[in-house]
Amino acid sequence: MPDATFRIWRGDASGGALQEYPTFYENGMVVLDVIHKIQAEQAQDLACRWNCKAGKCGSCSAEINGKPKLMCMTRMSDLDVSQPVTVQPMQTFPLLRDLVTNVEWNYRVKQEIKKLEPRKPDAPDGTWRMQQADVERAQEFRKCIECYLCQDVCHVLREHHKHNEFAGPRFLIHIAQLEMNPLDVADRVPDLKDRHGLGYCNITKCCTKVCPEEITITDNAIIPLKERVVDRFYDPLKKLFGG
Amino acid sequence: MPGIETYEYDVLVVGAGGAGLRAAIEASNAGVKVGVVCKSLLGKAHTVMAEGGMAAAMANVDERDNWRVHFADTMRGGQYLNNWRMAELHAKEAPSRVKEMEAWGALFDRTPDGRILQRNFGGHRYPRLAHVGDRTGLELIRTLQDHGIHLGMDVHMEHTVVELLMDGERVAGAFAYDRELGRFKAFRAKAVVLATGGIGRSFRVTSNSWEYTGDGHSLAYRAGAVLKDMEFVQFHPTGMVWPHSVAGILVTEGVRGEGGILKNAEGRRFMFDDIPDLYKHQTADNADEGWRYVRGDRQARRPPELLTRDHVARCINREIKAGRGSEHGGVYLDIAWIKEKLPNAEEHIKRKLPSMYHQFEKLAGIDITKEPMEVGPTTHYVMGGVEVDGDSQMSSVPGLFAAGECASGLHGANRLGGNSLSDLLVFGKRAGEHAAAFAREHGAVSLDADAVARVERMTLEPLERNGKGENPYAIQHELQEMMQSHVGIVRHHGEMEDALEGIAHLRERAIHAAPPGNREYNPGWHTALDLRNLLTISEAITRSALSREESRGAHAREDFPEKSAELGKINTAIRRGPDGEMLLEKHAVKPIREDLQAIIDEQQQA
Repeated sequence: MPDATFRIWRGDASGGALQEYPTFYENGMVVLDVIHKIQAEQAQDLACRWNCKAGKCGSCSAEINGKPKLMCMTRMSDLDVSQPVTVQPMQTFPLLRDLVTNVEWNYRVKQEIKKLEPRKPDAPDGTWRMQQADVERAQEFRKCIECYLCQDVCHVLREHHKHNEFAGPRFLIHIAQLEMNPLDVADRVPDLKDRHGLGYCNITKCCTKVCPEEITITDNAIIPLKERVVDRFYDPLKKLFGG
Repeated sequence: MPGIETYEYDVLVVGAGGAGLRAAIEASNAGVKVGVVCKSLLGKAHTVMAEGGMAAAMANVDERDNWRVHFADTMRGGQYLNNWRMAELHAKEAPSRVKEMEAWGALFDRTPDGRILQRNFGGHRYPRLAHVGDRTGLELIRTLQDHGIHLGMDVHMEHTVVELLMDGERVAGAFAYDRELGRFKAFRAKAVVLATGGIGRSFRVTSNSWEYTGDGHSLAYRAGAVLKDMEFVQFHPTGMVWPHSVAGILVTEGVRGEGGILKNAEGRRFMFDDIPDLYKHQTADNADEGWRYVRGDRQARRPPELLTRDHVARCINREIKAGRGSEHGGVYLDIAWIKEKLPNAEEHIKRKLPSMYHQFEKLAGIDITKEPMEVGPTTHYVMGGVEVDGDSQMSSVPGLFAAGECASGLHGANRLGGNSLSDLLVFGKRAGEHAAAFAREHGAVSLDADAVARVERMTLEPLERNGKGENPYAIQHELQEMMQSHVGIVRHHGEMEDALEGIAHLRERAIHAAPPGNREYNPGWHTALDLRNLLTISEAITRSALSREESRGAHAREDFPEKSAELGKINTAIRRGPDGEMLLEKHAVKPIREDLQAIIDEQQQA
């Protein structure tokens, strides 16, 4: 079995440090497997979140060698093990303990977003008719597993701490899928501009780069939303002619 | 109760997967005060792992489908040990439950005329599974989550229930700890809905996460409810087998629904070699017919890869044991072969099975559009669970309800793929509705402070050993190894007797589990606490499996390879005896209503 050294953040809000754990691993293992191995053998109280271990639940987000990733989808064979592997919690959210952060803010943000308001059913049996091509646009955003890695990497949140004014990429794609749901009749454009702080995004596309579901967050969701806000509030012709 | 925060609800829902959330939505809609307690963050439950779809006889793709066919398919799949009332309600109500999901934001794949598309699945006569690619479970849980959070329910995330609290015979709430700080909470509730899912963590190879330690099963058992048919544990035929560390992760049945075939190391499509009599007239006997079926030819019969999960899992097991397995101890599942049939096969596979493509690419470095996958059986689902009334989902304990995987009845001896997501919705709704009604019709309950204090002391015991004792992870791993090898896919009297001894021994060791650290987000402590439930359900599974001296559905006995007509009329029942010992009883299956029997007979002819 090959060996590696893991440097794992241990500590809580009051402080902590990276601790080294020398360990063996099997070929084919992912980082989460090694974390579990260390937990079972060396550090039983090492806190980390995980559930599905298959990239579908978005629980095991962390920063591996400084890069925001899912631990369950990062293979050991893709890391340079001649150097210690550093695993740290997401930096954008308050630390609870070790690799676990407090992500409750995300749940509060979602609560503030207007939910789906479907149009009247198309058929007498209470169902709707939608074309595959029309649902596919929104389906892309519904792949989101809520790992919050996009929130973690977004500089508006990470560097500038605009949590009170900016919903972050996760919730911009959530709004995008609602807006692009063929059934939806609600209007979220004023909220996008004011409440959800869409203007803070300056399209650096960091969110798109880290998305484990490979959702084209910026191009397919955020830019179309920005266009809607611009059309509504900043159309120069409307301004000139009071349209 | 000093140091314990107390909350009051009309309905307390334990678990926030599909069944729990659906129950919470229904109870909230009924206007009562609802609390939800879940072990993980909201939206992370095992429901996200469901891939293929949810079964509902909407007849959008094949107009011959209707609830009667779905009912008969479910009963046949369950080898007639099902609670037939639940199978009836499920078949009748699933279409409405699926359709209302659209009003809450779900976006299913579409038919050309814009309705909900349905796909083929094992044991279902017609294309019946509403789906979103191969991530239907995620769609379902996100839809329920995003709808539910606006209905006023309180959600206590990352809280684990340790014990139900009683007021005499009636359930009165639950005692829980939060993961973050290890604080204790007492929930007082007029009705409690258990929706805690399965028991997969009793086994080494499983598609289930750390959460699935049989909590609801064990809580109900200790509160006096009956656990029914616990011997029926579904081993999903296709889990990943390599890399070793990802063994058990699910490979959706949808791969076979889209034309994937199973082959052994000799390249033989072995599923053609063993087709059960019950299914012979509906199963293709050549590769061409099977492919035509997959492509929607209504005259063609289904390929044998789409036989029920219990059968496919056993066939795969047989190939592996006979030395005809794949390189890493599985068999081959090949979807790439369809390029012989379809010009745009690569794109088709990526569109229909995006998560599978992604999963194999990322975890195994395999491109499923070009190479076969290696797969083998993985512990997936427990058909057995808390015995409930088919209409209300209430257990024999007044005020205590159960829905979804932790309840029993719908699936009998074997669950059909796709019947789980629909189960969650149909019976989650019913449990929520009836729990709310129960709360309205019954007065307040009071909590027994002494009982709370006892649970509190018990919960703290592992930490008070200050790390001087057993490693809880080691005990868990040993239990998993033993259940896997002794009470796994093919069972034998002697091995199961050994397992019972092993469980008793591990229970002794678990008493000395001593995780280091403190109460704050300490997984060692949580693992130690979970052991109690894991051992309870492992014992229930083993005792039930020992008592069923036949092979039926998901339960296969090496020493009793045939079905027994007599046992085909028996449900196994486990309950707690007066001195805390585990009692096993055999209950006669309730005679089926005549009109439902007539449907089964009529469908067998069809």
